[in-house]
Amino acid sequence: MIIKVLGTGCSKCKKLEQETIKAVKETGIEATIEKVTELKDIMEYGVMMTPALVIDEKVVSSGRLIYSKEIIKLIKG
Amino acid sequence: MFHFLEVFGEFITRSVGLDLDSHWGEALTFFIYDTLKIIIMLSIMIFLISYLRSYINPTKLKKVISKVSGLGGHILASIFGIVTPFCSCSSVPMFIAFVEAGIPVGVTLSFLITSPIVNEAAFAILLASFGWKIAVIYVICGLVVGIVGGIVIGLFKPRKWVEPYVFEMKFGNSAEEQFSSQNDRLKWSIDQVKDIVGRVWYFVLIGIGIGAVIHGWVPDGALANIAGSDNPFSVIVAVIVGIPLYSNALGTIPIAEALINKGVGIGTALAFMMSVTALSLPECIILKKVIKPKLIAIFIATTGIGIILVGYVFNLLF
Repeated sequence: MIIKVLGTGCSKCKKLEQETIKAVKETGIEATIEKVTELKDIMEYGVMMTPALVIDEKVVSSGRLIYSKEIIKLIKG
Repeated sequence: MFHFLEVFGEFITRSVGLDLDSHWGEALTFFIYDTLKIIIMLSIMIFLISYLRSYINPTKLKKVISKVSGLGGHILASIFGIVTPFCSCSSVPMFIAFVEAGIPVGVTLSFLITSPIVNEAAFAILLASFGWKIAVIYVICGLVVGIVGGIVIGLFKPRKWVEPYVFEMKFGNSAEEQFSSQNDRLKWSIDQVKDIVGRVWYFVLIGIGIGAVIHGWVPDGALANIAGSDNPFSVIVAVIVGIPLYSNALGTIPIAEALINKGVGIGTALAFMMSVTALSLPECIILKKVIKPKLIAIFIATTGIGIILVGYVFNLLF
């Protein structure tokens, strides 16, 4: 599973990355977490508001900071 | 509306052994009263707007705005600016998304001007400090500055000042559903309250603290000569001072409230607040990624003049 955190580096984006790391640890699944900071790459996902979360190339959340509990649901879902 | 909080503040002040009419007594009562009032109002407003926001899909809204031309587009973009969250890190992606969708640069700027001026947190604190009338007029003024500002900037044909790479950006399609149930929306709204109150409370407390000092020590009417509504230059000076400042605007509201009580014109105080929020150095640096300095200068000048006019209107009305 590849999880990407989209954001140009604001505090919410950093927090989302931490929460994602936490979520992956808790579920114990094999996943790589990548940070996408280039505007051009973020745009390609059609994301207007950062931070956003992409799981296996599908945008699952954008424009809001979600916490590990919710991320776990998204990973499993 | 919040009389019981005032009673509570007086009760605490008396309990710690202070005279209600002393400087310290007045300052402490004001501090307790204002803090509770603002935190309560802030929580209620953020909850309501977050819940409303959970139904708004930016991708769909962008499509709607791109179909409306002229004045209607500016109005829609400005209203959209009210309901988007106040995080400046999203301004660049939003800008590109708008331009890519074929929305004129002027309309996009209507959005960018209104978005930071009007947000639920500023509205809540204004409501707590000044009541309905002023809070609502503030929102209307924020809208008008955005709409008119965007139209004026549009007259300059600003497309030539947009960095060329913006037009080459390809915007992907994403139509993800954000929330799956009512429960999700409510939970998220509560999270938003915790998140925003958690981030801004100290700015607000510092602001209230300074306000409390002004409240307790500055004599009534002392500032009327310097910054009262009769002084024609006060608004201009307030706006120019406010432009480079980047404070969390929410902290400036309690200060403004205290200053108004001491004779500062309400338009002067609100214009200062608007210029602190709408125009800031960090925002300009972020925008420099997508637009050329010349357009940034026009953006600052247009918005600044708009805010100055709003200040004068307020001073005349109240």
